[in-house]
Amino acid sequence: MAVADELGPVKPVKLAIRGVSKTFREGVVTTHALDDVNLDVDEGEFVCLVGPSGCGKSTLLAMIAGLEFPDKGTIVADGKPVISSGRDRMVMFQEAALFPWLSVMGNVLFGLKLKPGLKPKERVEVATFYLKLVGLERYMHSNIHELSGGMRQRVALARSLAPNPRVLLMDEPFAALDAMTREQLYGDLQTSWETRKKTIVFVTHNVREAACLGDRVVLFSPHPGRVREQFRIDLPRPRDINSPSLAGHATEITRALKAHRDTNGHAAE
Amino acid sequence: MKRALRAFFFFALLVLAWHAMVRTRVWNPLVFPPPLSVWQYLQGAVEDRTLFEAMWVTVKRLMLGYFIGVALGVPLGLLTSRSRVAEDTIGVLGLGLQTLPSVCWVPLALLWFGQTESAMQFVVIMGTVWSVQISTDNGVRNVPPIFARAAKTMGSRGAHTWLYVILPASLPFIVSGVKQGWAFAWRSLMAAEIYVTILTGAGLGQLLNYGRDQQAMDQVVGVMLVIVVIGLLADKILFSPWERFLHRRWGTTKA
Repeated sequence: MAVADELGPVKPVKLAIRGVSKTFREGVVTTHALDDVNLDVDEGEFVCLVGPSGCGKSTLLAMIAGLEFPDKGTIVADGKPVISSGRDRMVMFQEAALFPWLSVMGNVLFGLKLKPGLKPKERVEVATFYLKLVGLERYMHSNIHELSGGMRQRVALARSLAPNPRVLLMDEPFAALDAMTREQLYGDLQTSWETRKKTIVFVTHNVREAACLGDRVVLFSPHPGRVREQFRIDLPRPRDINSPSLAGHATEITRALKAHRDTNGHAAE
Repeated sequence: MKRALRAFFFFALLVLAWHAMVRTRVWNPLVFPPPLSVWQYLQGAVEDRTLFEAMWVTVKRLMLGYFIGVALGVPLGLLTSRSRVAEDTIGVLGLGLQTLPSVCWVPLALLWFGQTESAMQFVVIMGTVWSVQISTDNGVRNVPPIFARAAKTMGSRGAHTWLYVILPASLPFIVSGVKQGWAFAWRSLMAAEIYVTILTGAGLGQLLNYGRDQQAMDQVVGVMLVIVVIGLLADKILFSPWERFLHRRWGTTKA
């Protein structure tokens, strides 16, 4: 397989989530994480899941990734039910989850080495391409502990993009970063999404972040986790998180979030 | 270079002070021999080859037993970290035996293997295996679950995850356990060699013990110095590269 093929576009995945419920039992505590969740995600769509903690949004993401499984209901990716994790669906976690025993390059190569059909030289070429995309090719030989939080998440982004997945699942990837770094990464993520065209499901509790990144924002309510409302964000890209029109959308979503919290009888966080 | 010089001057000063203490009769040379006679003993022992022979016998015992101990300890640690049954059986056994100074095995080892190399190696293995097992177990349990999850989404499964994720992620623990195992093995072997005569070869411990029998404290001190040097060299050759690797990659402080 040539590097050009590897770097070429892949058809993004269409996701269908049907009647998904999930309950966790830990000792005597039972958490009803998700209750009859239905959601469709189009090919190449950028969908943000927002909601307060405990609304099961991260659980849903782990299920799409094939790391957890629903008690009831199905998750279908391009007509095939999700039964395990796979390279077509890559996850980017909140903490970088980068491997400290490998260099930056080693981390990006990890997933590529597990992908059949590439020669070692080609893998390095592919990894270099993605490190360039996130602006870190100069740091390919660096160790993880030498990087700042923002740089680490960029390496994590490159690592998730490198095996050319058809879906990118992001679990509050920027939550631990400072505002400045985060704004920069919103730009980076939008650019790589435009160039690499993938379906993205992005979990966050930051409403503004969701409005900035998503084509659509799906609002969850907790205990049990349910889809409450959906908002289409039709703003031109790349979007600036500080733009007034974006703030309008964010306010609308925040108002809905509060309303649902009140009807659920939960105190504001 | 500056640090090497500093160390050199420190030791030179130490030897000079030692010399002065014996010369001024503060220390009786029969009780504490002067550096010169220790040096003469070492020269003689090198010339008649007794020193190298003893070193070879000891190092061979140590290396063989130690590597077998590590080779057993790491998989045992993986096993006890993974299986509840192994944890409740081998794990408890290991924890118990780790507190037992392995020189206590000498009487049984002599009975089972005779006054042979096998008896010595058994003592070394028992000194190594449990601390390696415990630290490997501990290391695996301390691997953040997110590493395995991340690897799984990238297509890593089963043996690949163990070899390329769990094992390297526990490396800081394993290296410290392997180092502790080394210390235990080295001490056990010296104790055992001083304690019993092994017919298949006289090691450094035996050489030291002959010195005691002959009231030759220059020999005792000379062999002690050799034991210290071997310990230092082993640390530099066996463990420093790993510790440097850990320091570079993890950013942990240099040991």
